[in-house]
Amino acid sequence: MDTESTYSGYSYYSGRSRGSHRHGERSRDRHKSRGKDSRSEKSVTITTPPAEPLLGDSAVRGEQVQDDNWGETTTAVTGTSEHSLSQEDIVRITKDLEDSVGLDCRRYFTLALAVVLGLLVFLTPIAFLALPHLLWPEKLQSCGTACEGLFISVAFKLLILLLAVWALFFRQPRAGLPRVLVFRALLAVLVLLFVVAYWLFYGARILDSQDENYQGIVQYAVSLVDALLFIHYLAIVLLELRQLQPCFSVCVTRSTDGEMRHYNLGQLSIQRAALAILERYYCDFPVHNPALLSASKSRAVKHLAGLKVYNVDGEFPAAPAEGPGNNTAAAAAAGLAHSQSRAMIAAAARRRDTSHNELYYEEAEHERRVRKRKARLVVAVEEAFTHIKRMQEEEQKKAPGDVMDPREAAQAIFPSMARALQKYLRTTKQQHCHSMESIQQHLAFCITNNMTPKAFLECYLTPGPTLQYSRDHWLARRWTLISEASVTSGLKDGSTFLLRCGDFSLVVTTKRLPYIQMSEEYIDPKSHKFVLRLQSETSV
Amino acid sequence: MSAGQAVTAIVQRIEIHKLRHGDNLILGFSIGGGIDQDPGQNPFSGDKTDKGIYVTRISQRGPAEEAGLRMGDKIMQVNGWDMTMVTHDQARKRLTKKNEDVVRLLVTRKSLEEAVKHSKGSYPRQ
Repeated sequence: MDTESTYSGYSYYSGRSRGSHRHGERSRDRHKSRGKDSRSEKSVTITTPPAEPLLGDSAVRGEQVQDDNWGETTTAVTGTSEHSLSQEDIVRITKDLEDSVGLDCRRYFTLALAVVLGLLVFLTPIAFLALPHLLWPEKLQSCGTACEGLFISVAFKLLILLLAVWALFFRQPRAGLPRVLVFRALLAVLVLLFVVAYWLFYGARILDSQDENYQGIVQYAVSLVDALLFIHYLAIVLLELRQLQPCFSVCVTRSTDGEMRHYNLGQLSIQRAALAILERYYCDFPVHNPALLSASKSRAVKHLAGLKVYNVDGEFPAAPAEGPGNNTAAAAAAGLAHSQSRAMIAAAARRRDTSHNELYYEEAEHERRVRKRKARLVVAVEEAFTHIKRMQEEEQKKAPGDVMDPREAAQAIFPSMARALQKYLRTTKQQHCHSMESIQQHLAFCITNNMTPKAFLECYLTPGPTLQYSRDHWLARRWTLISEASVTSGLKDGSTFLLRCGDFSLVVTTKRLPYIQMSEEYIDPKSHKFVLRLQSETSV
Repeated sequence: MSAGQAVTAIVQRIEIHKLRHGDNLILGFSIGGGIDQDPGQNPFSGDKTDKGIYVTRISQRGPAEEAGLRMGDKIMQVNGWDMTMVTHDQARKRLTKKNEDVVRLLVTRKSLEEAVKHSKGSYPRQ
């Protein structure tokens, strides 16, 4: 079985070493190799191709045709050598660093503003209560029992308000949104106006006239704290409760491979809806793998490369002269281009295109290869796992000889499955998602938790959500929201927007959940009656 | 139980002599139907609310076949007893009385109606 893969690898390599890498040539190679496979099953050729330069051809990300014997001739096998940084990655990372500084400034400014407002709000009732004692203590009536009871109520209400504001507003910000959150801004303005109004009233009626009725002043302070608690209730309803009830169904599609998910959202502004969708994107969508798209791109190139339009009749546009002459020349050139493209489309539709055949056989071949590699991988991993056994407590005391901790045990059994795993990852084009270090860490984790070989393999067999992979694989955590409507306006039925990150984007469309009209029907439990329907036949 | 409507039909007299088979007297056919059965599942009746007794099977070369009984016949009378408004079990009992050797049936079938219509047509009454 090994010789079969070596043989096909050799024919791929020979195809590449011919210099010009026309796609037509490659398809011919494939046809030839298939024919050779069927005819020469008896002749076995075992050749090891010469070693390739490490970064030579694989500097381009998403290389389609890999030499499958690459791992056998090179000794240093790491995942990062294939994932070399291209120029756009470097530009993107420096832009990240620059802009994160700006974002932090904005965050700190908002935080400072919030703290100032909070201090103002909390110190106001205390100021209302303390100022009469400081400014006109001799004129003040003494505080009776009811008044002192109100002190306790003010204290506890302030404590509850403090805890509630801390719980609702002073949380770790999850994201930096492009525009100000409208409701929060409105609430801050409302609180500010409210407190200013109370201060004005206090200043005008109490400070100026130096009112002696201290109980009245205490009741005034209590009314302020009550009103603040009600504003906090309004804040909870506007910021938290309003969007809990699902109102819209959004359909999120990834532009590169068409992965689609549907989510239910409440009444949110577009930027907050985008934030909710992105948080679910990181958990639900399988990781974006650009290496898988190269096949369709090459097919698209082949479609265009086959036809070329030649101008046989020599209709050259007239030399540009004065005004009207210019227009006719431009119009003639435009018309010529238009007719050329139409001719190309017609010719492309008419010619007998056999690319579907190639696609079918290519996919069948790929499927077969993936399954073979997977079978080898599963066997190798199962065998590797049988080599280690967990030591029991009593045995540990008896034989402290060759005892290993999980990391060492993982390093001990890793080489026996490394080659099979790497070949499988290479075939499914996932090799840049998993580095050797991460694989060994995962193996140590599985050994520690008594997981079976199948459990260990599961994260390599299917692509998981983006969060599962290491941080540097998330590439940029910087997303751009592209929307025709203003991003602070609410979601509406039929609104669409784009979330772009690097080379792919998420297309989001919304639909309103329908209004359901439900009616009831009552069934009396005694109305369930049944009768036998017989059909017998008797012989006489 | 509601009384049925009056039925008019063209009937044929069939006389079957029971055959002794060991300890039993058999007639050689099977019946289906009855007022306690589901008339909708009767494949032979024209009107699917007809709860009469129908002949559902005839054994080969049995007494019934030799006497002229055919599958799909509706039995109207057995030895003078009416069979249009009986339960399945009553019908069975009336056909399998141990002290009777001969049963005289009045049966009707669609082909009888057709035949009479044809004969009426070819010989117009004067």
